[in-house]
Amino acid sequence: METYALELIQNGKRIDKREFTQFRNIEIKDSVIDTAEGSAYVRMGNTQVIVGVKMGIGTPFPDTPNEGILSVSAEFTPLASPEFESGPPGEDAVELARIIDRGIRESKTIEMEKLVITPGEKVRSVFIDIYIIDNQGNLLDAAALAALSALLSARMPKLDVEGNIIRGEHEGKLSVVHKPITVSVCKVGDKLFLDPTKEEESILDAKLSIAVSEDDKICAMQKQGSKGIEFDMLEKMIDIAIEKSRELRKLVK
Amino acid sequence: MTKKSDTELIISGIRKDKRLPEQTREIKMKIGNIVSANGSAEVSFGNTVALASVHGPRPLFPRHLQESQKGILRVRYNMAPFSVVDRKSPGPDRRSTEISKVTRLALEPALFLDDYPKVTVDGFVEIIQADGSTRVTGINALSLALASAGIPMKDLVTACSVGKINGTLVVDLNGEEDNNSEADVAFAIIPNRNLVSLLQMDGILTKEELIQLLELAKRTCKKIYEMQREALLEKYKGEE
Repeated sequence: METYALELIQNGKRIDKREFTQFRNIEIKDSVIDTAEGSAYVRMGNTQVIVGVKMGIGTPFPDTPNEGILSVSAEFTPLASPEFESGPPGEDAVELARIIDRGIRESKTIEMEKLVITPGEKVRSVFIDIYIIDNQGNLLDAAALAALSALLSARMPKLDVEGNIIRGEHEGKLSVVHKPITVSVCKVGDKLFLDPTKEEESILDAKLSIAVSEDDKICAMQKQGSKGIEFDMLEKMIDIAIEKSRELRKLVK
Repeated sequence: MTKKSDTELIISGIRKDKRLPEQTREIKMKIGNIVSANGSAEVSFGNTVALASVHGPRPLFPRHLQESQKGILRVRYNMAPFSVVDRKSPGPDRRSTEISKVTRLALEPALFLDDYPKVTVDGFVEIIQADGSTRVTGINALSLALASAGIPMKDLVTACSVGKINGTLVVDLNGEEDNNSEADVAFAIIPNRNLVSLLQMDGILTKEELIQLLELAKRTCKKIYEMQREALLEKYKGEE
């Protein structure tokens, strides 16, 4: 199957007959988990991801006394793939979470200043937990889309007079002011394409994941895969990501 | 860590540590200082100091980790507890897990691992003093260590950081610049193949700025590459 996918790509075709820059069908549902402050389910082809946003109270980091806390984790649950094993997050899960963390943090998607309760002492914390339900390729783009949708749906838990959370009651929405979209541009030889299936993922030379904000600025980037990327191809990959990000953003409410 | 641009890091074109925007810190390279290893190197960029050593090629156990057709590269990047101002608790964390992975991927494309079925080449990077740009310093060191271990390589791997501070595009960010930058990019290239093997960016950049930074990174790596070659020649010239 893998060799077949490779042969097709080299001949300008894909295993599921898509165009090189065409994504599989994307379905986004938000507020799918009642117990979370925000959540979203994304299906991208047969890849499925759920993201839950939980909010709590914490102590700000000493170097950012006037900002809330953001934490992103990913679980590659064993139900999602025969290759995922139970236990603490592996290298790939850690990397995925950190790429999504940077995309959200660096683009200043969340207004972190609005999460302060007492400067330097008490702030709200935002936990984004990414749950992979079915891995059929392109987890990162699907998870980033789910994380953004979950944040956009998140409500702020209500606080009592002492600044403690009253569970089950809410006051307004989490202030989400940007919409970064992550597009991973895949490379096999001189061919570039998007949204790889699992078969296509196994034959990639390399992949460049690029987070783009709504004003077409780049806010995070990560090269993946075990081969290098020709320097002269980078600009084209960036262009593809910028253009596709505009289209994907329209799917997010 | 949120990026702030209100810190004055660059005044009339001169950085706080007296450097020009496109100037690296003083770079030092030493090869073969760890005799117990098959290859080793120490590279410093200003106050950032990375030690790297290579063990192997050696048999890989447990056997289920072996690849029947090729050898594998394993990399551990680690920061010493005393390498930073506030002691870092020892052992791997999420950051070092990710950096270990991207370091491995940065070096792997330069190696001929097909010649080594069932074995492993183990690379270790220890940051003993940190002042920004640690991962790229580590990659430069590990690249030299691999070469000095005699591992067949297509070319050396050369890495540097670039970024934007107070609106200016700069190379080789130190710790303070890194913490207060508008954007930073970690970059590695296999120069003779023109292959980019590490590319990580965070911050906010226009496409034009990003392209300029990539060109700047490539030019800077060219200089560092010459230093790496010289360091190797210096060490091994006259040896049979």
